[in-house]
Amino acid sequence: MAVGSQTIRFFLGEELQEVRGLDTNTTVLNYLRLQAGRRGTKEGCAEGDCGACTVVVGRPVGDHVEYRAVNACIQLLPTLDGCQLLTVEDVRSSTGELHPVQQILFNRNGTQCGFCTPGIVMSLLALSQQTGPISTYERQLALVGNLCRCTGYGPILDAAQDVSEKIEGTPEQPWQTPAWNQLQRTSPLSIEVGEKQFFAPQSVQELIQLLDEFPQSILLAGGTDVGLWVTKQQQALDTVIYLGEIAELQTTAFDQKGLVLGAMATYQAALPLIAEHVPALGALIERIGSMQIRNVGTIGGNIANGSPIGDMPPPLIALNATLYLRNSSGQRALPLEDFFIDYGKQDVRPGEFVEKIHIPLPPKHSLFNVYKVSKRFDQDISAVCGAFYVQLDAMPGEGREPLIVAARICFGGMAGTPARAFHVEQRLQGNRWNEETINKARVMMDQDYAPITDMRASASYRLQVAKNLLRRFYLESYMDRGAARIDRQPAVSR
Amino acid sequence: MTALTFKKSGSIQGGVRAPQPHDSAAKQLSGQAVYICDMPDVTGQVHIHVAYSAQAHARVIKMDLSEVRAYPGVICVLTADDIPGENDVSPVTPSDPVFAKGLVEYVGQSLFAVVAESLAVARLAAKRAVIEYQPFEALIDVETALARDHYVLPSKTLRKGNAARALESTPHRLQGALKIGGQDHFYLEGQAAFAMPGEDQDVTIYSSTQHPSEVQHCCARVLGIPDHCVTVEVRRLGGGFGGKESQPALFAAIAALAAKKTGQAAKLVLDRDDDMIMTGKRHDFMTHYDVGFDSNGVIQGIEMTLASRCGMSADLSGAINDRTVFHADNAYFLEHVTIHSHRCKTHTVSNTAFRGFGGPQGMMVIERVLEDIARHLGEDPLLIRRRNLYGQKERNITPYGMVIEDNILDTLLDQLEQDADYQKRRQQIQAFNWESPVLKKGLALTPVKFGISFTTKHLNQAGALIHIYSDGSIMLNHGGIEMGQGLYIKVAQVVAETLQVDIDRIKITAASTAKVPNTSATAASSGSDLNGKAAEVAAQKLKKRLQVFAAEHYGETTENVCFMPNQICIGNRVIPFDDLVKQAYLNRVSLSATGFYRTPEINFDADTQQGRPFYYFAYGAAVSEVLVDTLTGEYQVSRVDILHDCGESLNPAMDKGQIEGGFIQGMGWLTTEELVFDSSGQLKTHAPSTYKIPTCADRPPVMNINILENNPNRVETVYRSKAVGEPPLMLAISVFHALSDAVASLGDYRQRPTLNAPATPEAVLMACEAMHREVNG
Repeated sequence: MAVGSQTIRFFLGEELQEVRGLDTNTTVLNYLRLQAGRRGTKEGCAEGDCGACTVVVGRPVGDHVEYRAVNACIQLLPTLDGCQLLTVEDVRSSTGELHPVQQILFNRNGTQCGFCTPGIVMSLLALSQQTGPISTYERQLALVGNLCRCTGYGPILDAAQDVSEKIEGTPEQPWQTPAWNQLQRTSPLSIEVGEKQFFAPQSVQELIQLLDEFPQSILLAGGTDVGLWVTKQQQALDTVIYLGEIAELQTTAFDQKGLVLGAMATYQAALPLIAEHVPALGALIERIGSMQIRNVGTIGGNIANGSPIGDMPPPLIALNATLYLRNSSGQRALPLEDFFIDYGKQDVRPGEFVEKIHIPLPPKHSLFNVYKVSKRFDQDISAVCGAFYVQLDAMPGEGREPLIVAARICFGGMAGTPARAFHVEQRLQGNRWNEETINKARVMMDQDYAPITDMRASASYRLQVAKNLLRRFYLESYMDRGAARIDRQPAVSR
Repeated sequence: MTALTFKKSGSIQGGVRAPQPHDSAAKQLSGQAVYICDMPDVTGQVHIHVAYSAQAHARVIKMDLSEVRAYPGVICVLTADDIPGENDVSPVTPSDPVFAKGLVEYVGQSLFAVVAESLAVARLAAKRAVIEYQPFEALIDVETALARDHYVLPSKTLRKGNAARALESTPHRLQGALKIGGQDHFYLEGQAAFAMPGEDQDVTIYSSTQHPSEVQHCCARVLGIPDHCVTVEVRRLGGGFGGKESQPALFAAIAALAAKKTGQAAKLVLDRDDDMIMTGKRHDFMTHYDVGFDSNGVIQGIEMTLASRCGMSADLSGAINDRTVFHADNAYFLEHVTIHSHRCKTHTVSNTAFRGFGGPQGMMVIERVLEDIARHLGEDPLLIRRRNLYGQKERNITPYGMVIEDNILDTLLDQLEQDADYQKRRQQIQAFNWESPVLKKGLALTPVKFGISFTTKHLNQAGALIHIYSDGSIMLNHGGIEMGQGLYIKVAQVVAETLQVDIDRIKITAASTAKVPNTSATAASSGSDLNGKAAEVAAQKLKKRLQVFAAEHYGETTENVCFMPNQICIGNRVIPFDDLVKQAYLNRVSLSATGFYRTPEINFDADTQQGRPFYYFAYGAAVSEVLVDTLTGEYQVSRVDILHDCGESLNPAMDKGQIEGGFIQGMGWLTTEELVFDSSGQLKTHAPSTYKIPTCADRPPVMNINILENNPNRVETVYRSKAVGEPPLMLAISVFHALSDAVASLGDYRQRPTLNAPATPEAVLMACEAMHREVNG
């Protein structure tokens, strides 16, 4: 491919940064604290779980700029190319006045020890850039990724409410909108520092060429897992191909056959479309990581990563999704469940990358739901994630007991890969959708799974919950919302 | 009553009772508040990474660090052989080496430290060490240690009356067990220290510690130099919660060693995982009880066994377990009682102070006892709790012989029961549960009575230093540590009130062992009681001097000199505070004063276990309601009502912050925060990905918090306020019991739930399943 640019360019606040010769594994947080002398942004966990390092990244999208909160600790600096990075130092006005977000937190006693505070300021700042009304639930979603050990969150939620009432669609930006044209590039980013290389191809074609040239390279999507290899294991990532610049991989679409999600669609970008067409899946996505994670984490990454506890594969397998992979020999389609061969092993051929995923929509007379069970409801990794799909010959509650035409059940957290419950499915198929069928089927979980005990849950709990979730799935086809499952109320302070 | 009531000052800004904001809030919000990790780098500065044992119990038979030393960028490597003084940083009993030598006793015990140009280099270099162990059998949990009589300190037994005889003669008798989990502090700022070598043998250490004096003394001991060579300064902590009481000494000592060895400034900032693996936590407990009671549910006799996991050394476990014993009565009169306390030695990290200091675990046991009595008799647990409360004039002596003179629980519970609409909701919940097959609601009201004072008598002292400069500005210093709780603003309010000046005039300064020596840890909720009082004493001295001077200078009697807001009334004259100060300076009046305070009346005989360990008690109560999914054990805490006793609050805004923050932290302890050690002693939950503290979404959607009004402390504390740091944490015991109540609904409130803490969804589901088995036979 053509020789690309060696310089990472972005705006830090209002100031153009041109970074050359810096270790390509440098995280945004370490850049800020060790290179740029900005120590307002804190390290709380270096794994994207506490939010103390939250910064806001602005990116031009069409005719406006999208400002999103992200975790600086696990994001690699080169991924900021073409962006504006805002930190807590940018929020105060040049005359030293507190921004409304800061002033409101001040008025509400929203700080105690103050170590999580800059991150909270930045999460609220990102929220305050949203136009239109902001609901209690949205405020909670915006703040769930910011752990605070002192306040009990009351004053912070109060402040969030004040912020959403005050801004009412007129966000306050103390910083200048940067001259984006200064960041436009004619050739893709292609950095070589020491033994490390970092490429940011701008098209699928460029990506294919790079993969042919560097078949051993690490594909970097949102970096919410890869970032931890650097921060937690001190791994050196020698050759990295970042996929975030390839617009073709970010598209999301809905056609008659279902949803088509580009591998690089972030959770947050794909969420509106998914929530509209498969609400249960939308609700699940809102429990994956935090806003900071969902703003960069991708659905393709969650699949390609191959984790047995990723939350997307179980529902997508239950929905019979198709995965599209591509390399220089062309495109290949396979049922998603066939992608997961064994723990740590996926069906990926040399030079292949995940291109997109197709999710057929549940047809008429079908039921679908997905349940995540974890120690903490939000921003936790599943102990068990169970997805249930049944095709019936009529809807429940319409006079007669429907017949189960087909069933697809898939669990995460129950085996070394996301795994179907074939024995349970078999017991369901051809039988009536009733209590007796469910009771006979649920015990078949013992045949399907032999889960492990770990720090998230014991084997017996996992198995028991798996059985009980099938029961919940059945009950929910009859009962009112909130009768078979807790309809959680968002936290408000006032 | 006039002595007990203080008018809220109408005209100075920031006097006592004012809801003054946190002094650092604006700085924190704009990223300008400096924590140790943020301190500017200095020329030649070195960075430290501490490497630790991978084995729980072993002899280190080989430690080859040659490749570590040879790693590019490494300046030196520190081991036990580099310690000029004593290889020990224990707070009480010598048992915590800086670097293990030979024997390792937990996964995470420090072995050596790499000093390098950057932290990244230090970490990578540490991986080049070649260490070989000869493993020994490791005792990981309480049960195993207990079975082997393996203790860090001798067991203790507290006796009052004759529990054994009472148990034999009561109409009802129950035995039970309760497991109580530990808790990681999860302060957002990890352990950190920054040491600067000075002239002579001096070293200045910036430490993230609640106990600068102990850090000073430990570092001096390790370096083999007098205390006066070591200065420890602390401006603020990014959270402490007890985790920075004894734990920081190790890291400060290593930083000081590195500074001495290299002659450069040395910074040590722990990564989250290392922090969680290397530092102590709240003690987890295995407890048993045997209780006898009458048909009204009033306890006649009780015997309790409380065994804790102390880890590999004593640390503060003696005083912590004492406090567990002192709070095993919580708010209830126990006439015939025997409490056995075992301090188990395990091959895990040495457990340490955590908000409540053992007290919460003691309360958990007695609250479980009362719930079990209620289930046995088929009564509402609140009724049983109320029947067992301490009395006013009788039934008012604790198991350790202290007469309770300030009991306000009857009034407090009456008000809360009414405010929270307890009785009506109890009925509604029973009706709901009858109709709802899957989801069950639970409700519980639990009280808190928490003893205020260090149970180690000599720690109940504090000092303060106030300078008034000739322009009338004031510098305030004391031994207390600001860790987010608002101590600094509260103490400044005391000084503003005493001198009748606006609070803006007062500069709050970092705690420093060079300004106020021999301080106690900011712990035991004592921060504002002790330091506030010491500062008040210092301010009173200065006020007196100014008063005497003004009287002399203007030819008035001292009675005619009166401090008005920001001015002084001398006979008929009114002159500004600044002017009087200036005149005092010109007339050679000392404008600097120290203040010293020691808590009166406390006395406790450790041998007989009798006396008055506490100056007073802080009270509170909470009602929690939960909704439980009996298919998965998932739940939401849907409503909480709190009524808490702060005496006459020095600052209701800060105190409310302590109440709700403490409650949510306590809720985390009893619900989602689970520490998991595997059988080899590896902590499996060492980062927020696996260790789950509450998020904002876990805050109950309805949370009503009130401070009890018109309620001055009956003893003479600073402006009749009460300590508020720890007590609210224990209000969260109501959440645990609400969950237990929901489980009990499955057995028609007639069977005893077997829920253990933390009540994770798994624990709740297992308790539900056990209840189903109990009911269905």
